[in-house]
Amino acid sequence: MTSRIQSITNPRIKLQILSEEDIRKIHNATLRIIDEVGVRFPSKRALEIWADAGADVDFERMVVRARGELIEAALRRCPPVYSLAARDPQQDLPLDGNHVYLGTDGCGVEVIDIANGERRISRLQDVRDIARLGDALEQIAFHWVPVSAQDAPVATRGLHEIKAIWENSSKHVQTESIYNVHEAQVAIEMASMIAGGRRALRNRPVLSLMQCTASPLGHDGGSLDAALLAAEAGVPTGFMTMAACLTTGPATLAGNLAVGNAEVITGTALLQLAFPGAPVFYAAAQTASDLRTGAYTGGGPEDFLFGGATNALADFYDIPLSMGSFATGAKEPNWQAGIENSLSTFMASASMADMLLGAGFLHGSRIWSFEEMMMDCEIFSIVQKMMQGIVVDEETLALEAIAAVGPSGNFLTQKHTRRHMRELFVPEFMDRRPYAEWESRQDGAYDWALAKARRLLAEHEPAPLERGLSEEFDRMIAAAKASALP
Amino acid sequence: MNQDILKRMAQSIIDGDSDAAVALAKESIDTNMDPLEAISGGFVAGVNTVGDAFGRGEAFLPELVMAGEAMKLAVATLDPELKKRGAQRQILGRVVIATVEGDIHEIGKSLVATMLSASGFEVHDLGVDAPGDKLIGKALEVNADLLAMSALLTTTMVRQREVIEELEKEGLRQRIKVMVGGAPVTRDWVTTIRADGYSEDAIGAVALAKKLMGGA
Repeated sequence: MTSRIQSITNPRIKLQILSEEDIRKIHNATLRIIDEVGVRFPSKRALEIWADAGADVDFERMVVRARGELIEAALRRCPPVYSLAARDPQQDLPLDGNHVYLGTDGCGVEVIDIANGERRISRLQDVRDIARLGDALEQIAFHWVPVSAQDAPVATRGLHEIKAIWENSSKHVQTESIYNVHEAQVAIEMASMIAGGRRALRNRPVLSLMQCTASPLGHDGGSLDAALLAAEAGVPTGFMTMAACLTTGPATLAGNLAVGNAEVITGTALLQLAFPGAPVFYAAAQTASDLRTGAYTGGGPEDFLFGGATNALADFYDIPLSMGSFATGAKEPNWQAGIENSLSTFMASASMADMLLGAGFLHGSRIWSFEEMMMDCEIFSIVQKMMQGIVVDEETLALEAIAAVGPSGNFLTQKHTRRHMRELFVPEFMDRRPYAEWESRQDGAYDWALAKARRLLAEHEPAPLERGLSEEFDRMIAAAKASALP
Repeated sequence: MNQDILKRMAQSIIDGDSDAAVALAKESIDTNMDPLEAISGGFVAGVNTVGDAFGRGEAFLPELVMAGEAMKLAVATLDPELKKRGAQRQILGRVVIATVEGDIHEIGKSLVATMLSASGFEVHDLGVDAPGDKLIGKALEVNADLLAMSALLTTTMVRQREVIEELEKEGLRQRIKVMVGGAPVTRDWVTTIRADGYSEDAIGAVALAKKLMGGA
C-alpha cells in the first residue's frame, strides 16, 4: 500500500524578508567572522582537513580561520539538487527547491501517553509507534528520531532508534541522534543494506544525518567525525545552527543569522573539502532566548522571521534547507501552540524551505503529544492550501456559472460547483458545528486528534522490512555494543 | 565619605560595570575599609537592587548576569584582603558545578554559576566535559555542600546518575547535595537517579540551591 505524500509545491505565494543586498551583507559578514574570529572544530581529523586546504588552524585551541575564497570555492562543490530516498521509491523526496516537506520533530525526552494521557519518559516503543503514525499520515514526508529511546543502551541508542523507524515506516529516515563515528559506521552500513549496497546507497540515500553545531561559532567533535563518514558514503548531511539571540548569538537578528551562518557554512565547506560533491543541506532553528530567564522559547516573532529568512541564505548557497518550524513552547495544544506553529510554519513554507522540522511536540521540542502531531499535520495542510494561492483564469472566473445563477439564487447546484467544490478545504479538527452541539458535547480538537491517532495506531500496517533485515540489524547493533568504548 | 563609596560600589553593580567594581574594590582596600562592609553595604546592595528590578520585570537577564559578573570580580579583588584580616565572607554554601563528561554545552551551566555566585554562593566552575572523578575530587577539595551537573543530551545525562552512584558508594551522598539540569532533565529523571532537585532555568536553580542549604 503506497501512502501518498503531501508537499507544498508550485507556490503562488512569495515571501521576501531579506533583499539581495541584505544577503550579500550577511554573507560578507560571515566570511569576515570566519576569517578574523574563527570557528571551533574539536576534531583532529577536521583540523587536519582544514590545514591541508590552507586554512589557518590553531591546533591547541582547535579554532579554524579561513579566507573567503577558500570557503566559497568549497561551497561551489555542493550539489544543488538531490533526493532523499525512501524504502518505497514512490516516497522519494526531491530536494529541488520546489517542494516543502514536513517531518516529525525530534529529539524529545517525554511522551504524553496515548492511552492514559500521563506524561512519562520516552522509550523505544514510542519511536516505533510514532514512526508507524508518520507512515500513515500523508503530511509526514520523512522521519526524524522523534524521542530518545531512553530504555535502550546509550552506546547504541541511535542505532536502535533508526532500526525502529525503518521497521515501522517505508519513508525516508533522517537521524539527529547519531553523533559519533562508532554509531555512524553501523548506521551507514544498515542504510546500505536497505538500499542494496554502498553504490545503491549513494544513488538512493535512504538515510540522512543532521548534526547540531555548538553556538556560538563551534561544532561538536563526534558530530564532525560522524558527518565526515556520512559525506564519504554519499549520505546527505546537514549542520543545524540553533543560535539564540541574547545567549548564544547577538541580540540582533542579523548578527544572529551571521553567527549561525558561519557555523553552518564552515561545517558544510569542511565536508566539501574532504569529499567534493557530497550531498549536504543547510539546517537552522535560530531563535531568541527569553529575556527574563534565558530559556529556549520555541516560538515568537523572532523565530517566525528566522523561519522566513533563512531559505534566502540557503538559496544563495544553492543548497536545500531544513528549517525549524512548529515546535511550540506551549505546554499543551492551546492558543500559544496554534499561533506559534501556524506562523512559524507559514513563514518557513512561504519561503519554500525544503524540509520543515517538525510536527508533534510541546514545550520546546521536549514533550511528544500525539494530539499535537495530528493538529500540526492539519496546520501543514492549511498552509499547503494557502500556498496554492488564487488561480485566476477563465474556468475560475466562473462567468458561465455566474450568468446561469443570475441575480439572487445560489451556486450550490451548479455543475461548476460540482467540478470545483473538492478544492475547498475540509478541516478535521476545526470546530464548525452549531454552538448548541458544541455546548452539549463539550468536545473538540484535542479529542478528535487523539481519536484519530489511536485509530491509526491500531489500524495502520506499514510495509515490513525486507526479510531477515531486522535480525541482521540486531546482530550488527549487538556487535556495536560489544565493541563500544565504556 | 564611606557612604559615598558604598553608593558607587552599588552603582557599579547596577551598571554591570566590572572595571568600575574592581577599581572600587581596590580603592576600598587602599583606604583601609572593612572588606566585609564593602561587600554587604556596597556591592551586595547593588545586587539586591538589580534583583528587585528583575523581580518587577524592569530588568532582564543580561543585566542580572552583568551584575553577577561585576560582583564576582569585586569579591575576587577583596579576597586577599579578607584573608589577611582573617575575615570570612558569609556564604550561603560551596558549589561545584560543571557540564558532564562528553558534553560541551555550557551556557546554561555558566548562567547558573554566575547567578549562584551573585546570590552569595562560593562557586567552583569546572567547565564542560568534566569527568565524574574530577567533579567529586573538587567537591572534596573545597568541602562542597552542593554538586551541580548539567547535560544537554540524553546520552550524556546518564553521567549524572553515575556520579550520584559514585557519591553513594563512597559514603559522601549525605554530605553533598546534588542538583541537576539541562534540557533533557525532568522530574522523573531526578526521582530515578535520586538527585535532590532540578530547575529548568537559572533563577529556579538559585532558589533550589538556597532551599537545599536549608534557607527559604
